[in-house]
Amino acid sequence: MKRTNVRNERLVALLLFGLLLFNYPLLAMFNAPDLVLGIPKLYLYLFVAWAALIAGAALILRLTDQDDGDVRGEPARARRATQPR
Amino acid sequence: MLRDWVVISVASAYLGLLFAIAYYADRRADHGRSLIANPYIYSLSLAVYATAWTFYGSVGRAVSTGVGFLPIYIGPTLMCVLWWILLRKMILISKVHRITSLADFIASRYGKSALVAGLVTVIAVIGILPYISLQLKAISTAFQIVHSHDVEVLRASREGPFIADTAFYVALILAAFTIIFGTRHLDASERHEGMVAAIAFESLVKLIAFLAVGAFVTYGMFDGFGDVFTRARALPRVEELFVIGGSGDAHAGILASLYSASFFSMLAIMFLPRQFQVSVVENVDVNHVKTAIWLFPLYMLVINLFVPAIAFGGMLHFAGASVDPDTYVLTLPLANGHNGLGLLVFIGGLSAATGMVIVETIALSTMVCNDLAMPLLLRWRALRLNERKDLTGLLLGIRRAAILVMLLLGYLYFRVAGEAYALVSIGLISFAAVAQFAPACLGGLFWKGGTRAGALAGLSAGFIVWLYTLLVPAFARSGWVPMSLVDAGPFGIELLRPLQLLGLTGLDQITHGMIWSMLANVGAYVATSLATTQSAVEHSQATLFVDAFKHSVVGTGSLFWRGGVSVQELRALLARFLGAEKADDTLDSYARQRRLRSAWEVEADANLIQFAETKLAGAIGGASAHAMVASVVKEAPLSMDEVMSILDEASQIMKYSRELEQKSRELASAYSELRSANERLKELDKMKDDFVSHVSHELRTPLTSIRSFSEILQDYPQLDAPTRSKYLSVIIQEAERLTRLINQVLDLSKIEAGRAEWQMEDVNPREVIDHAVAATSRLFAEKAATLEVDLPADVPRIVADRDRLVQVVINLLSNAAKFCADPGGRVSVSLRVLADGIRVDVRDNGMGIAPKDHEVIFEKFRQAGDTLTAKPRGTGLGLPISREIIKHLGGRLWVESELGKGATFSFVVPLVRRAEAGGEAGEEKETEAFGARMAQAKAH
Repeated sequence: MKRTNVRNERLVALLLFGLLLFNYPLLAMFNAPDLVLGIPKLYLYLFVAWAALIAGAALILRLTDQDDGDVRGEPARARRATQPR
Repeated sequence: MLRDWVVISVASAYLGLLFAIAYYADRRADHGRSLIANPYIYSLSLAVYATAWTFYGSVGRAVSTGVGFLPIYIGPTLMCVLWWILLRKMILISKVHRITSLADFIASRYGKSALVAGLVTVIAVIGILPYISLQLKAISTAFQIVHSHDVEVLRASREGPFIADTAFYVALILAAFTIIFGTRHLDASERHEGMVAAIAFESLVKLIAFLAVGAFVTYGMFDGFGDVFTRARALPRVEELFVIGGSGDAHAGILASLYSASFFSMLAIMFLPRQFQVSVVENVDVNHVKTAIWLFPLYMLVINLFVPAIAFGGMLHFAGASVDPDTYVLTLPLANGHNGLGLLVFIGGLSAATGMVIVETIALSTMVCNDLAMPLLLRWRALRLNERKDLTGLLLGIRRAAILVMLLLGYLYFRVAGEAYALVSIGLISFAAVAQFAPACLGGLFWKGGTRAGALAGLSAGFIVWLYTLLVPAFARSGWVPMSLVDAGPFGIELLRPLQLLGLTGLDQITHGMIWSMLANVGAYVATSLATTQSAVEHSQATLFVDAFKHSVVGTGSLFWRGGVSVQELRALLARFLGAEKADDTLDSYARQRRLRSAWEVEADANLIQFAETKLAGAIGGASAHAMVASVVKEAPLSMDEVMSILDEASQIMKYSRELEQKSRELASAYSELRSANERLKELDKMKDDFVSHVSHELRTPLTSIRSFSEILQDYPQLDAPTRSKYLSVIIQEAERLTRLINQVLDLSKIEAGRAEWQMEDVNPREVIDHAVAATSRLFAEKAATLEVDLPADVPRIVADRDRLVQVVINLLSNAAKFCADPGGRVSVSLRVLADGIRVDVRDNGMGIAPKDHEVIFEKFRQAGDTLTAKPRGTGLGLPISREIIKHLGGRLWVESELGKGATFSFVVPLVRRAEAGGEAGEEKETEAFGARMAQAKAH
């Protein structure tokens, strides 16, 4: 059976993953004043994790753009909604 | 050295450019070629989130807390991931209900409550004031730095009169700019294409400016990131900024403040009035959200990329000097003599601040006008606003005044409290204020049970705690409120200290405020919602919001009919708020959509009222529009109970079950009807069988004798003449009997079917009886029976069919002759005059009839005793026919008899014949008519 809410499920999973990234214990692993590539480890980690989160979101939206039929109907409905009645 | 006139003219040129962009975008929109209808402009406009706070304050926060500047952007990134679920729903709802502001949105969810809208507006205005003052502070400080080139200027106290204060003029200029910019015209849809285009442009400008200064610091002043951090590491205590520092409780406290900042930011990205404005109200197409989900966080990431480098670069450069880290972005290029870059940074900061101020004050002024001022003014009867023809001017005036007042209040806050805090702290206080909308709003989106009272309770509780734990300390620090209140608690009660409420210590002010305000807010919202019930309107709105994806087509709003209103009244109402021309256009478009030729053909039905209300909502907000339409439409005919019965699910179910009950009752009665009909059919069937067998039996008897005598005559030609003649006379008699029988069957069927011809005339009953007696005299003579006739001399005439009445009497007399005693038979016939009719009795002295047979003898082919064995004496149709005739004449025929004591047949006929008793016992008639038809069919 085809899951109709693939996009929503994946996005929620990504959110949970994001919450994990910016929390203990991962945060503690990088919580040291060393410099990696000349950049404080924590800063580097936070920016990389942040970028990964954004990339994940973009990827999910791109991947689900074709196969998620119920979303196809949305723009039409929304546009109809904005038209003067 | 930057000269003032250069700075001012560049700033003016920049603002002029914004105008040009806005003007161009509006023109394009008017021509239907929207400039902003693409996801990239939408994402850039969302970056209005990055204000002067981001532009200047992030560096300041990085200097003081290290990674502490990041939660304010990582929180929203996490929230963005949920946008496809959350924001899309809000956008759909807003388009359907023509939501114009956050207050409108929340109020619409809770039954278009004006009270909720007002409360949200008050919280938003008070909560956002510090944020506006922050922008004023940023611009004026930046201007002073550029103006004086004194990088330490910020620390100078601000004691001069406001006339000499740059920030005051900044406030005035921004107010004027926003007023001209945002309230040029009152748009029915309340969308500002020009503004969005300008904001998107501003987002680009501030990004470029910030990246420029970041690149300058990182690669101009230093040798890349590695150089900055390596050198900064040598500074005392800088390593602490590389990590989430502290140990034990202190570490936990720092973490808590990071979490609370990201939590508030997550909510702020949804519920800041300006974010709601650009992300929901100004949204052109929900699909743009798909791009914004990754592009907007990417923007935030990029604009923060250089923050640590600038922060540590500034610390290295200004080591030992008292330069406010909040100004590093500007002071670093200036201190290095890069005036052009300094000017670009100033413009970048200006764009960040103006973008925020424009959108925020427009959003807030819409809320103040629609949800605070208009409801109050409309209720203020002395103003007679209800009678004013055109209110568009008033609406614009209120909005403009609101913008001016808000900027001046922002300035006031800046004067009073602004100095005491760094930029980020001021911003977080505002974030905490708008976070108070989250329970009512998110709860309202996903939980149908949230009630108006719950929303009011949650918002109020959260707001009061926010005031007490976050705003009061800010005022105390600036000297407006005695510091003792914060240090010792009100009246010296330690438990009530605003920063350690109920003894909760060890947390920073923002986290402390978050915990208590959210606890109070969510607690009050949920508890009150559970304790109260929704009104009908609330219930319907709750369903529309929670099930938005099912109801996302316009017109599925609450369409209950509210009683009488004319199209003209609605047109006048629209004209008052939209202007006459727009009102006509609006109605025309409605008519076109309904495929009507002109607006004159439009009917003022529930659809039109709903349509007018959503149109009005676009101009003055949902709650006000609801009130205005209700004021025109006579709402009385629809009682709350009726609304309940339409909307309440419970009552729907009850209605449904009542219908079911009704249906099952109907079924039961239909079943019993069917059963009785079936029984009657069975009875009819039996009667038909009986009748057919009777008729065939009766016909067979004479036919048998005719046939057998005829065969004898044929087989024995030698029979003598007397015998032959005797046999022939039997044949003739039997044939006569057969004829009589058939005639009677036909007669009876005609009478029963009501098709007999009646020749009604004045009849003298005496003559009738005389006639009958004469006709039957031979019968009596044959049996040697005596017939006594007793007729009164004077008898009233009756109206009857003479021949048929004679037939009745003949039938009775011949029956009496047949059944009277033999020998010594005696029959008497008497006529008596009653008050309203005549009565005829025929009495014989025969064997009598058992009471059980009294009715049987009136049935067709039935005679007393066993007809199958005893020789039939008569056709068995005489009495039924007689009874039918008397019945038709409006009288009654019956018998009185006992076995062995003779029988008396009596009938009465009324003097004035009753109107034909046609209706009497229709079903009986049907039955008998059926029998008659059968008889007819057999007879032919």
